[in-house]
Amino acid sequence: MSLLAVDELRVRVATDDRPLQIVDGVSYAVDEGRIFGIAGESGSGKTVSVLALMGLLPRGASVTGTARFEGNDLVSMPSARLREVCGREIGLVFQDPLTSFHPMLSVGRQLTEHLRHHYGTSRTDARGRAVALLEEVRIPDPETALERYPHEFSGGMRQRIAIAGALMCEPRLLIADEPTTALDVTVQAGILRLIDRLRRDRSLSVILITHDLGVMSALADDLAIFYGGRIVEDGPAEELLAAPRHPYTRALLEALPHPETARGAPLHGIPGAPAQPGSLPSGCVFHPRCAYAIESCRTEVPELRRIGDRGLACPVDPFAP
Amino acid sequence: MSALEIRDLEVAYERRGRDPVRAVVDASLSLGRGEIVGLVGESGCGKSTLARAAVGLLRPTSGTIVFEGRELPPLDRGARPREAARLQMVFQNPYASLNPRRRVGHQIADALAILGLAGRDERPHRTRELLERVGLPAAAASRFPHEFSGGQRQRIAIARALAADPSVLVLDEPLSSLDASAQAQIANLLVDLSHNLGLGLLLISHDLGIVHQVADRVCVMYLGEIVEEGATDEVWARPLHPYTEALIHAIPHPDGRRFMPEALPGEVPDPARPPAGCRFHPRCPLAFDRCTDEHPTLERVVDARAAACWLASERAVTSPAGTAPRAAEG
Repeated sequence: MSLLAVDELRVRVATDDRPLQIVDGVSYAVDEGRIFGIAGESGSGKTVSVLALMGLLPRGASVTGTARFEGNDLVSMPSARLREVCGREIGLVFQDPLTSFHPMLSVGRQLTEHLRHHYGTSRTDARGRAVALLEEVRIPDPETALERYPHEFSGGMRQRIAIAGALMCEPRLLIADEPTTALDVTVQAGILRLIDRLRRDRSLSVILITHDLGVMSALADDLAIFYGGRIVEDGPAEELLAAPRHPYTRALLEALPHPETARGAPLHGIPGAPAQPGSLPSGCVFHPRCAYAIESCRTEVPELRRIGDRGLACPVDPFAP
Repeated sequence: MSALEIRDLEVAYERRGRDPVRAVVDASLSLGRGEIVGLVGESGCGKSTLARAAVGLLRPTSGTIVFEGRELPPLDRGARPREAARLQMVFQNPYASLNPRRRVGHQIADALAILGLAGRDERPHRTRELLERVGLPAAAASRFPHEFSGGQRQRIAIARALAADPSVLVLDEPLSSLDASAQAQIANLLVDLSHNLGLGLLLISHDLGIVHQVADRVCVMYLGEIVEEGATDEVWARPLHPYTEALIHAIPHPDGRRFMPEALPGEVPDPARPPAGCRFHPRCPLAFDRCTDEHPTLERVVDARAAACWLASERAVTSPAGTAPRAAEG
């Protein structure tokens, strides 16, 4: 059984002039010990869809659908209970550890506080656990690190500390939102290896959110491609990236420079700009930018059809094998 | 003759009561018309400092910038020679570099007016031409920056730079705030401008992938120094400096083959206190005694290739493909 099963999740956010549909009916499942990737460009709803599960959206956001975590629906759960479940069972890592840490509190205080809050662990035990975790994420001299402040560490080290913090309560699910986007490539590689190792050692489930399909290719087992608040394609990451079937996924991959493509070959940009909430096109949200769109794409919202273990929301399916 | 030549540039940031930070040390590079040179390196390597010094936004501690055959004085309160306007800069974030309160057309026409490149009557026409040159509709002139996407704004910023009729553009991370699809479009535009207008482009980027795709030559910086230079294809196929090699091996491949990028052990040292000898030696998998004591300078190794590494000439002969730095364990 899946650790997390999200079904028909919809998120609507109230703004000054009108409500915006940010996430429009996404369904996916995260299995035990696997890395589930959510990929998409900015504004595709990938972050909001995950924050919605944890009740972390601003007031005025309405969330419908279900998200069964170990069988219990997070969406309909009372907020006190949700805080407890999320605090104990779900760890969160954000893009920029410099803004996700409190700058005035020591690393030790920040790593131990939620363990003490959620489990009433003693100060000494919590510190012992923090030291063990800092060792596990390869922070040199963990005892001293606890006394230091976030700004005293490099970006890569801070992200390692943030990951240690997310693991303090022994969560079953780790949500990592663009965990390497702010880092240099050589440092990024270290964090990718760390996440991969933790997943194996702890059979941790991970939701990895990133716009970087190279990062996805290194880590993700299963992958969903978000566009305009919907999933346009999903399936096993290796297959999906090697043989994308949705015109958007294919265009996105073709837009990337690849280390093995010839130099000087022009890159294939996708015409137009990504769909933004508030000005979503009718029918298939990708149709105005799609080279394969047919008449019905303008009017009919394509369903995510199951084809074996792949899902595809494109009636044209121009890249069918 | 090269359009832009940077000779022995050093930029040090003075700090009260502490040692100055030598952000750029002894950097030399040249850029011809119609040529794209990529300057790559990770954060803190000094690439943006070099870019700003190259256009005169920062005063170098020593060294010279020669633009179109003349030494370029740093920007100060006094007027700059008119010819210096042919060296233009494009910044990373088009959300910040454009004035939000002025119409796009007016921002572009400023350069035309100030430099006297077009009379009052010709300006609207020339502005429309420039917008079309960068792939925007002429009607964009009457709109405001917020009405455009990130990629379109970067096109506007490029059109504004082109208004000064430049021969060289220095672009500081022009792609890194854009989504992948817009990145590809802007990268293609840069290649087009360079080939068809004969512009020299100094493209500063942390993204080795995109630089590989568009640049004719590449310079790799580490901790303030240029450690390798050469034709992009050759550097890519046979990196001479172990740092370049590490950078290439760290790039993820979006092909579904589960390639796990290799991490470089250690951290970039504090630029105020760089390691003795080769600045890269504490992280270098190939370092030996000499590297800890003697500082290698950027030397020509073969043909048009240069590297600052004691092993460079050896690596140029024996293929370094088999000597990949060992991956640091997660």
